[in-house]
Amino acid sequence: MKSAAFQYSRPGTVAEAIALLSAAGGSAMPISGGQSLLILMGLRLTMIDMLVDVSRLPELREIRDDRRHVFIGATITHATIEDGKIPDPSSGLMSRVASKIAYRAIRNLGTIGGSMALADPSADWPPCLIALDAEVSIAGPDGQRWEKAEDFVRGAYETSLLPAEIVLGVRIPRRKSARWGTCKVSRKSGAFADSMAVFVEASGEGPPRAALTGTTSHARLLPRVSQYAQDHSFLDVGDLRAVIIDDLAELVPDADPYQLRCHVATVSRAITEARSS
Amino acid sequence: MNSHDGPGRCIGASLLRKEDNRHLLGASTFVADVRIPGLQDIAFVRSQSAHARVVSIDKPEGFEHRVYALADLGDIHCLDSGPELASFRTVPYPPLAGDRVRFVGQTVAACVAPTRAEAEDLAQQVMFNVEDLPVVVDAVEAIKPGTPTLFDGWPDNAFIHATIAEGDIARVANAPVQMRRQFKMNRQATAPLETRGVLAYWDHRLDELVVYSATQGPHVMRLGIAQTLGLPEHKLRVIAPDVGGGFGGKNRLMPEEIAVAAIALKCGHPVRWIEDRREHLIASVHAREHYYDLTLYAERTGRILGLKGELFVDAGAYSLWPSGPFMESSMAARNLPGPYRIEHLHVETHTVATNKAPLGPYRGVARPGACFAIERAMDELAYELGMDPVELRRTNLVRAADMPYRTIGGLTLDTGDYPGALEAVVDMVDLPTIRARQQLGESDGRRIGVGFAIYTEQSGHGTIEWTKRKSRVVPGYESATVRMLPDGTVHIMVGVLNHGQGLETTLAQIAAHELGIDPSQISIRHGDTSATPFGFGTFASRSIVFSGGAVAKASSMLADKLREIGAHLLQSTVQSASIRDGAVHAGGASVLLSAIARAANVRPEMLPTNVTPGLEITATYEPPDSGGVFSYGVHAAVVAADPETGVVEILQYSVAEDCGTMINPMIVDGQIIGGIAQGIGTALYEESPYDKAGEPLATTFGDYMMPCAPEIPRIEIRHFVSPAHNTQHGVKGMGEGGAIAPPAAIANALSDAFRSIGARFTETPMTPRRVSEAVARAKEGAA
Repeated sequence: MKSAAFQYSRPGTVAEAIALLSAAGGSAMPISGGQSLLILMGLRLTMIDMLVDVSRLPELREIRDDRRHVFIGATITHATIEDGKIPDPSSGLMSRVASKIAYRAIRNLGTIGGSMALADPSADWPPCLIALDAEVSIAGPDGQRWEKAEDFVRGAYETSLLPAEIVLGVRIPRRKSARWGTCKVSRKSGAFADSMAVFVEASGEGPPRAALTGTTSHARLLPRVSQYAQDHSFLDVGDLRAVIIDDLAELVPDADPYQLRCHVATVSRAITEARSS
Repeated sequence: MNSHDGPGRCIGASLLRKEDNRHLLGASTFVADVRIPGLQDIAFVRSQSAHARVVSIDKPEGFEHRVYALADLGDIHCLDSGPELASFRTVPYPPLAGDRVRFVGQTVAACVAPTRAEAEDLAQQVMFNVEDLPVVVDAVEAIKPGTPTLFDGWPDNAFIHATIAEGDIARVANAPVQMRRQFKMNRQATAPLETRGVLAYWDHRLDELVVYSATQGPHVMRLGIAQTLGLPEHKLRVIAPDVGGGFGGKNRLMPEEIAVAAIALKCGHPVRWIEDRREHLIASVHAREHYYDLTLYAERTGRILGLKGELFVDAGAYSLWPSGPFMESSMAARNLPGPYRIEHLHVETHTVATNKAPLGPYRGVARPGACFAIERAMDELAYELGMDPVELRRTNLVRAADMPYRTIGGLTLDTGDYPGALEAVVDMVDLPTIRARQQLGESDGRRIGVGFAIYTEQSGHGTIEWTKRKSRVVPGYESATVRMLPDGTVHIMVGVLNHGQGLETTLAQIAAHELGIDPSQISIRHGDTSATPFGFGTFASRSIVFSGGAVAKASSMLADKLREIGAHLLQSTVQSASIRDGAVHAGGASVLLSAIARAANVRPEMLPTNVTPGLEITATYEPPDSGGVFSYGVHAAVVAADPETGVVEILQYSVAEDCGTMINPMIVDGQIIGGIAQGIGTALYEESPYDKAGEPLATTFGDYMMPCAPEIPRIEIRHFVSPAHNTQHGVKGMGEGGAIAPPAAIANALSDAFRSIGARFTETPMTPRRVSEAVARAKEGAA
């Protein structure tokens, strides 16, 4: 479980990082916390010729708070968010989600940008950032662009990142009156989610949003559930479950009965938690 | 028997562990910490086929000298393993693949390079060409006619079929209540904190092969490695430095140990192999995988008359030296009657070879499966009879007045108050309060349940028991050398191995009691065949009985000599001399042990004429009745389970246990808590599944779920103390008991939680998926 030999570089700027990734033509990979990538390399499941260490790039450690949005740099760790060391646009949701990611030792190193870029189908940040209607800031050889979180994750370990592009950070709209709920089912504490749902709503600050992950593919926005929540200020448990099942039939057609039970449970509990807060 | 020392620092004192200092400082020396000049690393090429004929092993060009296949290891004598029974089919387990591979992960070739990463680079370039053969992964199917066999010439895939029977099961054929149930305890890894590791080199000064190994028994491993390699034993030194947990998994001769030692003899420089976690999960000793089909025969009153059944143990592809896999089956069958007064037993056992990693011992050995089966069956029978499960146990439990009681499984329970322990735990969990809470229901929709399980733990068994098991090595005694140095401090060399049990502390407490000195004056040495007298190592909850007994005996003999010299120095008689507080006392005078030790070691002219110089005694010890002494306990778990997601939380865990005299109650509690943590792993989390092609599915901790601190509840313990009649100080071994009962207690708690809908929990681990599915099945059945 020792990695094959690889080159290591630590560029000083984002432009240098992108140039290095471009020059390597697909055999290089950006790395920050390394909590997933180093393991895959140790198991020799991924062969990488060069690691481009972006963990100390100042642009990726930025925090910007313009009252309407909070921008969180890609290399901000889960632990930093868990501990409330940066401005919180989410009324506590992000701190709660961060606190349930793996174990503290992993949270001390793992980063929010790395989690998004890897797009593990069970990872915690994609559903959270989708529910928060966040955007991902991306830089590449052709300049900088923004993409909505739900468009950024495309499949299991699949994103819209083009060759030599890196995630700079995520921008999250501030919601002053946010109510939220989240629920995760995993085989034990610290394990990846078998099902995880996040629900966010804030009156007058955009429509409610429910997101789900733990599927075989990727985190998804649940449109019917979100709409149902917008239309109903009082929940009917039976109706809600039926709407969830409708969304699941379309978005998670391969789920087995147990997975369906878990998804129905996490989504309905996330909404119930938000509504009872 | 000596009296207890009460609140002092000897027997009965909760002394802090001597060994914890270095571990807490990160200053321990494990095999991976050992540095020898010129050391190189080994990476193994492992089979990716579950069952295949080996066609060729092609070494990368230019690196042939760094790659070892079986033929490159020289003469290897694969040892026969398993019980010395004609009915047991023994097979060679070569250190590197011969003409066949029989499980994914089997060692095929060894690659040597300056670093492990480079060795893995080489391993990736070795071409292992095979022709795949049919794969056998189901132990029940594996012995059906027409199933392909792992070994040519075998009539079926069983290592052994054996019947364990006593009484006459036919006599209860007309019992008014007959209940049949199936139970399964799935396969798991042993997963110690430190994985295995071996380092070997030729020591030219001493002209011997030195093998560092993370093993539980260096002397027995020397025996095995020497025989396999054809080395005389005086040319082989085995050292177990700090060992980070073993749990049985480090107590078998494994292919990597032989290969590394053989390569060290060939290559001319030190080599080592450090097992990584992936290797551990797929190719180290696996454990359990029992399938039971049981029928209980009972009266309507709940009195159980007989137990009939069939047991399949999935033993994996090979038999591990020395004991092989049959111990698992026979112990499970003999422990099935548990602590109950059952008069007829008939169990057909099948110990079956499959294309999986070989099965070995793991904390609890066989008994977690047997306990799960009988204790789950007890609750099922209670439901069947409309009884409370506690009441059913009261009806059948062996009573204090029955002691000693020989169970129908042939085990003689020696001392204890089993019903008393049951009542204590019922009291600890506050059963009426739980029942009231169940009536109210939970606001979060979860269900609450309480479950009980009782276990017995055979320990300190010696010659009689191991010869009954037809063991190739009979661990019938232990030895200890006690040496007092000229300043009165003491070295004690023992043949057991401390790898987390606290023996450096407890053995010092025992010796301190005999020698009348403080335990801090005593150092325990273990783990080096060149420094310690022969011993069998630490396993089977034997060390406090055997090694504790040997230390007590040798220390007591040394104390006699100290009293004799002391009396002489005091010009008094030995009859009037006593030893305490670091001195020999006679009449009104006393002489310090340091003065006696000085006289005995460096001033022989001060000795009485009939006393030889030196203060060193070696003694061996075996308890007078070597059938074993039995610790026991009652566990109760209170759980909350989510009927939809199947997630289980343990709300409360209570234990009443009895291990006889406790040398160090804090260490006893630590052993109980650690054992329960592993039992919770078996109950709820740990599983090594295979697919139909024999591919292991849990190969990293991403898939193999270990319980961690958040999964372990606070554990409440109450001690009963029924000293053994048969051992020094009345001790009983107790290292495994904690791991035996949790799967049964937790499954019974889940069954209790869902008793109203009749959900059945018959298979470990009870993952969220299994729990949710059991509830869904029950609901469908009711609909």
